[in-house]
Amino acid sequence: MAIKRRDFLKILGVGGISTIGVAGIGSLYSRAEVEVVPHTPPQGALKAKRWGMVIDVRKCIESGEECIKNCEAIQACHLTHNVPNIPDKKKEIKWIWIDNFEHAFPDLKDQKIVEHLSRFPFFLLCNHCENPPCVRVCPTKATFKRSDGIVMMDFHRCIGCRFCMAGCPYGSRSFNWIDPRPYLTKVNPEFPTRKPGVVEKCLFCYERLDEGKIPACVEACKSQALIFGDLNDPESEINKILKERVSLTRKPELGTNPSVFYVI
Amino acid sequence: MLEHALKGSKKYWLWLGFLGIFIITGAYFYLQQLKIGLGITGMSRDVSWAFYIANFTFLVGVAASAVTIVLPYYWHNHKVYGKMTILGEFLAVSAVTMCLLFVVIDMGQPMRVFNVLRYPTPNSILFYDVIVLNGYFILNLICAWTALHSYYKDSSYPSWLKPVIFLAIIWAPFIHIVTAFIYQGLPGRHYWLSAIMAPKFLVSAFSSGPALLIILAALIKKVANFDIGEKAFETLGKTMTYFYLAFLGFYLFEVFTSFYSGIPGHKAPFIYLFVGYEGHAEWVPFMWTAVILAIISLIILLNPRTRKNQTLLVLAAFTVFFSAYIEKGIGLVTGGFTPNPFETVTPYRPTLPEVLISLGVWSTGFLVLTVLYKITIEVDKRKNLAVKLKG
Ligand code: SF4
Ligand code: SF4
Repeated sequence: MAIKRRDFLKILGVGGISTIGVAGIGSLYSRAEVEVVPHTPPQGALKAKRWGMVIDVRKCIESGEECIKNCEAIQACHLTHNVPNIPDKKKEIKWIWIDNFEHAFPDLKDQKIVEHLSRFPFFLLCNHCENPPCVRVCPTKATFKRSDGIVMMDFHRCIGCRFCMAGCPYGSRSFNWIDPRPYLTKVNPEFPTRKPGVVEKCLFCYERLDEGKIPACVEACKSQALIFGDLNDPESEINKILKERVSLTRKPELGTNPSVFYVI
Repeated sequence: MLEHALKGSKKYWLWLGFLGIFIITGAYFYLQQLKIGLGITGMSRDVSWAFYIANFTFLVGVAASAVTIVLPYYWHNHKVYGKMTILGEFLAVSAVTMCLLFVVIDMGQPMRVFNVLRYPTPNSILFYDVIVLNGYFILNLICAWTALHSYYKDSSYPSWLKPVIFLAIIWAPFIHIVTAFIYQGLPGRHYWLSAIMAPKFLVSAFSSGPALLIILAALIKKVANFDIGEKAFETLGKTMTYFYLAFLGFYLFEVFTSFYSGIPGHKAPFIYLFVGYEGHAEWVPFMWTAVILAIISLIILLNPRTRKNQTLLVLAAFTVFFSAYIEKGIGLVTGGFTPNPFETVTPYRPTLPEVLISLGVWSTGFLVLTVLYKITIEVDKRKNLAVKLKG
């Protein structure tokens, strides 16, 4: 029996669409792991296979309330990178900040551990995830992952769609809702200031690493509560600490694999 | 055929002028937004998508829903939808126009929009969304225009159109599935991280789209004497009913999963939306309004006798449309961002400029729609006249 033209078209359509579907799923699955952008550090730069940070919250609290209130690490970061000081909480820009345990680890909220930990301050910043959802969703590659593990931002390419903010499960990203420049008390000419309409976040001081310097926050922290290093180097200081002490990462169940660890 | 859009009664021009006022107001505030930044909206670091993207999401559904008319007509040769089909396709055109406008308006750096094409990124769902939306826009424009033209010329549509129509039919669900994927693949957003998101999107679209068409068809029957026919109303009513039931079911499945599993993160957005969370209850009245509207819809739609009454059907279409709009237009996006990653609440409320800009976009959509419908109605009138003269 001859197939009617209409039926033939139906078959054609269904067949075509399933082929496209299978191909699509395949390519999305293989791309669930984000592409890594190769990076060759210049001469004299600090190098690592995967940059990471350990935050020793015990040291932080030992240094006293004053130190936490006027945290020099935060100030150093925000001054170095021209992070504006916008008083409106809804529009503020934060690269690194301190919050309490319940907010930093909301999934552990109702556990016994909280009583003990809720007095500790927790530094929050971009986790430079090994499997970063922010990179996966960005439609322009304005957010990308470098081969040394740093999750970078290109302020000039970002279209301000804020997909990355919806994608980041840690609230690590800020958006320039308004012109940030009037909110800078001092401008660091070495680092670009931003326009309204782009996203920004902590970049692990990639520009300082290039000059052979450690991140500004790590350098400025008087109590040495922040430690920076190569997670892939078994001899690095951070790996030694991670071996000896109990550490936590934020929302490990999401599989993003943060490169920022909290030791308690 | 275009000339039909340029001749019209006083009422027609008044209506266009009325829309024009909203368009100009919206454009004025959009210029403000360009100057100041998205700071003139109510969005924040925590609720970083809101009213614009919500409207976008809702309208993608309206656009996709054209398939509920086009498919029975072309695929199953459902003759009753003859006149309805062109209306449905043109509704899709106008809905996609609004979608594209909402996307551009929501961007922080709209001048850089072409970066999406300059740096194609296939791992980003947004990349696919741009492709399917633009493709759908063109497909529908071709289909509806050509079909109308052949109606005008009194011939059947050309044979090359058939594959294009089939492609448009297959394409339609994908624009909404891809839009759902924007949400449902994000880790840490409990309200969105659900595989039923895409099917729920589709059924909500396939009820609210026909609802809008019922309203529009009733309207042009009244003002322009263009009747799609009783049978078409009835069938559209049925389509709306079944998909609306599926939608309510899917929504309740989500509620079951969240509350029976007892996972706090999954329950929190529902609690926030329906009873308030940690003292924040901004959207509670809206969500309960949606519930009440849903109940009214069900009362009318479930009884075939009330459903067949055209006045009541139009009323039900309104309740279906607005309940779906509240769910997708407010609940979905704010619910996804609240509570935020720190499990605290940052309340969101659209600001006046945000609302006016959105109204401007809707008015632009309705302007496009009015012009396209005007042409359709005129073509139809001339045809009827010709038939009468010949007869
Ligand atoms: S913490 Fe957020 S912004 Fe940073 S890499 Fe992970 S997902 Fe991206
Ligand atoms: S806001 Fe910028 S960085 Fe974020 S996803 Fe969009 S283009 Fe990428």
